[in-house]
Amino acid sequence: MKNTIPNRKAICDVLMEHAKEDKDIVVLCSDSRGSASLAPFFAEFPEQSVEVGIAEQDLVSIAAGMAACGKKPFAASPASFVSTRSYEQCKVDVAYSRTNVKLIGISGGISYGALGMSHHSAQDIAAMSAIPGMRVYLPSDRFQTAKLIAALLEDQQGAYIRVGRNPVEDVYNEESCPFEMDKATAIRIRSDGGICAKVAGEEEKSADVVIVACGEMVYPSVCAAKLLKEQGIRAEVLDMYCVKPLDREGLLAAAKDAKAVVTVEEHSPFGGLGSMVSQVIGAECPKKVINIALPDSPVITGTSQEVFDYYGMNAEGIAKKAQEALA
Amino acid sequence: MSNLKAMSFAFRKDTVDMIMAGKGGHIGGDMSVMDILIELYFEQMNISPEKADDPDRDRFVMSKGHSVEALYTVLAHKGFFPIEEVIEKFSKFGSQFIGHPNNKLPGIEMNSGSLGHGLPVSVGMALAGRMDNRPYRVYTVMGDGELAEGSVWEGFMSGGHYGLDNLCAIIDMNGLQISGTTDQVMNHRELAKQVADFGWHVIEVDGHDFDALRAAFEEAKQTKGMPTAIIAHTIKGYGAKVMENKAGWHHHLPNAEEYEEIVKELEERRQKAEEEQA
Repeated sequence: MKNTIPNRKAICDVLMEHAKEDKDIVVLCSDSRGSASLAPFFAEFPEQSVEVGIAEQDLVSIAAGMAACGKKPFAASPASFVSTRSYEQCKVDVAYSRTNVKLIGISGGISYGALGMSHHSAQDIAAMSAIPGMRVYLPSDRFQTAKLIAALLEDQQGAYIRVGRNPVEDVYNEESCPFEMDKATAIRIRSDGGICAKVAGEEEKSADVVIVACGEMVYPSVCAAKLLKEQGIRAEVLDMYCVKPLDREGLLAAAKDAKAVVTVEEHSPFGGLGSMVSQVIGAECPKKVINIALPDSPVITGTSQEVFDYYGMNAEGIAKKAQEALA
Repeated sequence: MSNLKAMSFAFRKDTVDMIMAGKGGHIGGDMSVMDILIELYFEQMNISPEKADDPDRDRFVMSKGHSVEALYTVLAHKGFFPIEEVIEKFSKFGSQFIGHPNNKLPGIEMNSGSLGHGLPVSVGMALAGRMDNRPYRVYTVMGDGELAEGSVWEGFMSGGHYGLDNLCAIIDMNGLQISGTTDQVMNHRELAKQVADFGWHVIEVDGHDFDALRAAFEEAKQTKGMPTAIIAHTIKGYGAKVMENKAGWHHHLPNAEEYEEIVKELEERRQKAEEEQA
């Protein structure tokens, strides 16, 4: 059944659930409460909500000031703006000053489709990961998003969380969404076509190919693994929602005896998940790594799905690259 | 009451010694901002090492972070760390006393250095204080060259929008920046009117007159429903003629001769201030 709930809505639900008890939770928006799905939070908790207008630098600095005085701010704005327009505020006021600000990048990647490159965030992983002390998370579906936000409410350190605009198909379900903070989730395809998911790192016979993906690319990667299974190729998908700190142990456990690794991300080919995975594999267990990413140019006009299809960032395209990697 | 004016020249001597030992520093702005910091730390704010974790302590953000040598001097004399230690270690290899404020040191709330951050951060602190119904006030000191940063005006905008009367921004208006006069580099024309138009109460004072500064801070405390900006007219390099009102002294390292001249004049002015009090 097609999921209609975007990950941003899952964030709002978790924050509303906790904000009743925890009055230190505050949400800040830059005229973005609607696109962040946070309008219900503003309506129900006006005394815990701050509107700053279309001023993303102000958004991050104000959030940092509040955090320095004991608040637990979630500052939500389109990923494109909060990551790079406010880059210096993220670097100095959040990471360097060690304030507990959770930066929520909504409508991440190419979610805004035809609105063009000004609204796309294809460099946010690279930019935010390069800041010392900044953590970077790209959850894959609404269940994992909810668990991630609940976990982030428990810690006192800044982080950048990127989610897309549109609903994405569920990878997990209500009953089964294995989650451990800063540990990837390993997904294999069962013989009946269903998935078997668990926290990565357990000793197990390596698959032929490991597909490491984050955010919205996890679902098509799982679909690719199913296609590969039909062709007799054993593929394991690593849902690396914790891009930074990258789950090195989980990655190495999965990849050390595999024949090849494929990475998939809705991001520039430089400085993102692919670069980080390649660094680890190159140093620890050298083997072929193919990076699937957006091109180093403004993307073709279209909906997210049209753009993904065009660049081979779908089940068929990922499966094809995996076969090439094994050839 | 202690003689703040006499104290200010003694503090300037420590600051100059720190810069000499560290072989660099933003001496001009240190000298212009010193009296503002002394009035804040010794008369206005309830900040002390004992209250470092008190949720009701006043908050201070040094937005013009390059004047950190003046801030270190004031914090040292407030008891946060020994002044001898700062002078010895400032800017040296592995030192905690780096060239911009860092909150790993006691007494410093937020890191700064890149300009235009302190005001919006202070807006956040003031909003948090109001949300929690805490009595603290938030103070930030900016430079006038810094006012060219757009983020400063985002801060003026949100501070005014939310009517944060627990917030006070001080502008160290020394009229000079690294390339020349602030008017030449980027003119703010009618600054007081511009800030007032953002919903702020604006007071202009002589930033080297402690009585005037005190009156301005009192007026700010009494101002309800809007934040206050104090435009403090100062002299860059204030304390010794050789460095006063010279853009070249933004981060000039005095030579031996200049150092002697500065120290002599600072001591003369300190003694004069003592005599005036007596």
